Amino acid sequence: MSSVAKEWREIPGRYNLEGSKCPCCGKVYFPKRNMCPVCRRESIGKMEPYSISRKGEVYTFSIIHDAPDFTTKLKPYAVAMVKTTDGIMISAQLVDVDPADVRIGMPVRAVLRKIKTDGPDGVIHYGYKFVPDE
Amino acid sequence: MDVGIVSYGAYIPRYRIKPEEIGRVWGVDGKAMGKGLFINQKSVPSPDEDVVTIAAEAARNMMARVPDVDPKDIGAVYVGSESHPYAVKPTATIVAESICATPNMTAADMEFACKAGTAGIQVCMGLVGSGMVRYGVAIGADTSQGAPGDALEYSASAGGAAYLIGSENIIAKINKTLSFTTDTPDFWRREGMPYPKHGGRFTGEPAYFRHVTSAAKMMMEAMGTKPEDYKYAIFHQPNGKFPTRVAAQLGFTNEQIAQGLLTPEIGNTYSGAVPLGLASVLDVAEPGDRIFVTSYGSGAGSDAFDITVTDNIKDYRRENAPTVAQRMAKTVVIDYARYAMFKDKIVMPSSE
Ligand SMILES: [Zn+2]
Repeated sequence: MSSVAKEWREIPGRYNLEGSKCPCCGKVYFPKRNMCPVCRRESIGKMEPYSISRKGEVYTFSIIHDAPDFTTKLKPYAVAMVKTTDGIMISAQLVDVDPADVRIGMPVRAVLRKIKTDGPDGVIHYGYKFVPDE
Repeated sequence: MDVGIVSYGAYIPRYRIKPEEIGRVWGVDGKAMGKGLFINQKSVPSPDEDVVTIAAEAARNMMARVPDVDPKDIGAVYVGSESHPYAVKPTATIVAESICATPNMTAADMEFACKAGTAGIQVCMGLVGSGMVRYGVAIGADTSQGAPGDALEYSASAGGAAYLIGSENIIAKINKTLSFTTDTPDFWRREGMPYPKHGGRFTGEPAYFRHVTSAAKMMMEAMGTKPEDYKYAIFHQPNGKFPTRVAAQLGFTNEQIAQGLLTPEIGNTYSGAVPLGLASVLDVAEPGDRIFVTSYGSGAGSDAFDITVTDNIKDYRRENAPTVAQRMAKTVVIDYARYAMFKDKIVMPSSE
């Protein structure tokens, strides 16, 4: 069972693609970071929240045939590296699309879906997946 | 102060199942069943969808159409449903987080069978009208369950719509709302039970028809209007048959109800039904159009609304989110085996 507290802290990122921006060099990170690896000490305590675009395109992808428990009902499915319109790379599951129809460059947008559940009496974890943007 | 709809958004899952396929499994003439109910197919949620995700998508579509509204100005979020994913833990907080409206706001989940969504609209109207909040969000969404083999299995479906209620830049003014409510045990589900029960024939005359016609007549009497004064009418639609019949009884024509009658192609989305029907009407409505709305929730009650579309709809960014018709155009029909797996009707090994 995953830590409820750890998952809770990640909610802004998992629901709304909140990353962080380094005020020194302007670079955007996702998931968010407390320090810019380029500016290092200069950026500590100064990283700003940054809302990453929910729209993007498939940069590359792979079809998953052997799925973990919770996603078994959706297999086979595609997992893609999505390049958002602001240039950030995010890897996520693609849903509401036949794996045979997935193409590099395909426009997609982030939606909120169930990622997993901690059994029948545990927390339901929600987060981003991508669907074709039509 | 005029209170009304500032924005709206809809969401319907992609999968469909047809009555003949359900009937095939249970040894019933499903095609005839579908014909009797006026249902050609119903929507089915993906295994990773529930009321939270449906409500969140509807709410995000709603916010996409009003880029100038700061989500921090939303003072209340209400999600009406009879299929909230948690028995204890609100859907509304998750949905509010997904549109960045937290934390300076109030939130709660509502339940009133199929009219919990319109009940939320009424609450938001009160909060906005009294000046307690600048904007309120009311959502009706469901992933309703019908017991396998039961008549409800042919209609119980999934979908939802979200409404931003306010007093500034309203695209539709709500001229009046009123309700008709009694204690009528036509449909219920006890705590911990997976499927609802219903009173069979009892769900018709003393329940649906009495409440819908009473609320509708009260509204027309209060407003001094007649059916022909409205361009569109939306009635709760547990199937295609009931709203068609109640419209005729009240004197509304098939042309008036056509745009808001979605059940034949998506099934009964319960709390989502009237909100989605109204969304479909707002997708095509023009300034000055008058809209008549009456929801119904078992248990039982009806909320009626008299609505007039304003000139603001001309500048409203409808194109920023998919219309109901667009959401209904791209579908995938599944068989009963996949439906049973999607809806957790197959017992899986316990490894989660
Ligand atoms: Zn930096």
